[in-house]
Amino acid sequence: MYEFELKVNGERYVVRAEPRKLLSDVLREDCRLTGTHVGCEHGVCGACTVLVDGKPARACLVYAPQMEGHEITTIEAVAKDGKLSPLQQALHEAHGLQCGFCTAGIVMTFEAYLKENPRPTEAEVREVLAGNLCRCTGYHNIVRAILDAAAKA
Amino acid sequence: MKPAPFRYHRPGSLAEALALLSQLGDAKLIAGGQSLAPMMNMRLVSPAALIDLNGIAGLDGISERNGFVEIGALARHHAVANSSVVKTHCPLLAQAAGAIGHYAIRARGTLGGSLAHADPAAQLPLVAATLNAEIVLAGKRGERRIAARDFFVSLMSTALAPDEIIVAARFPKSAPRERCAYTQFSRRTGDFALVGVACTLGSDGLTLGIGGVEDKPLVFADFGTTDAASVAHAVRERVSPAENPRVPAVFRKELVEILTRRAIQQCTSSN
Repeated sequence: MYEFELKVNGERYVVRAEPRKLLSDVLREDCRLTGTHVGCEHGVCGACTVLVDGKPARACLVYAPQMEGHEITTIEAVAKDGKLSPLQQALHEAHGLQCGFCTAGIVMTFEAYLKENPRPTEAEVREVLAGNLCRCTGYHNIVRAILDAAAKA
Repeated sequence: MKPAPFRYHRPGSLAEALALLSQLGDAKLIAGGQSLAPMMNMRLVSPAALIDLNGIAGLDGISERNGFVEIGALARHHAVANSSVVKTHCPLLAQAAGAIGHYAIRARGTLGGSLAHADPAAQLPLVAATLNAEIVLAGKRGERRIAARDFFVSLMSTALAPDEIIVAARFPKSAPRERCAYTQFSRRTGDFALVGVACTLGSDGLTLGIGGVEDKPLVFADFGTTDAASVAHAVRERVSPAENPRVPAVFRKELVEILTRRAIQQCTSSN
């Protein structure tokens, strides 16, 4: 076992776990933050995407002790005081989710991307969205929601 | 999809990392982890120890000096693709780095990791071989430099000694009138490229790097012409992809010809 400290959404967590424990599992099991979903566990599906120091990362491709000293942001920190972020609101309004399993990863990916590129083209949105698999929607409404959120910002 | 147990080390300096690497028998270096972690999660590799290089400061720089663009091993693909230094002085590298995987993968994957992993379909080994970049390796006895074309030996194997660490790569700056293009084909956006083509057109003619076809990047030059159709056909005849039930050799040869032609056309048509 290995004891280390994580900073998640501004809060400190002291975690005792084997070094091999994935960040995605530590977030869900040790920090009890189950908004981060686990899909493929090899970096393909994008469901577990979180922010590490503001940049997107697959939580399943990071071993939790590697994150000591870094700031992790998860889906739980995106809505503020019960109010959805503009991107979350746009996904809600444009029917950009159905079962919701992939949604947390998509929100985290685009919370980062829209800061970097606040006025993306549809082609740019589609290129970035290619890193997050959604089996329900067919993607059109997700793309529309992201473009709506960008247009309103 | 959980890795086998390993001991975890995060050295604070390169010297400490080199010492750990030679002390620990079965250790793997981890930087971005975008290739190693999936392989560990699928238990294709199960090292007894991981040496995490992310705690070493100063290994992620991007700078221009003496005719080279020097990039630290820990520079992330997204930083390389968007660096104004790289876009200005080594545009081929910027284009290829931007074509790696997905946004979140590029945010974390590193130059050194990609070179060390030496996947024959990967973008950065292809560009390094095409431009014959110099790869800087640190070992206990100091640094040595090796030409990229000598560094890549075979499928996922390189000239890196077990006790060495890649610290940087130096890419030659493109000449003022040089043109370049990178083209690739993958079945879905972000998948591994079935074929990638890196092309430069300088005063000495065309240089073509072909990735994904054999066990390491191939580099061809001295065509005596810049005619896209005839060079593309010549390159097709010079590659021998292996048969694969999901990717027939003839399909890869076809891709080589088409992607080579497109890359040359981009070089000859751009101003």
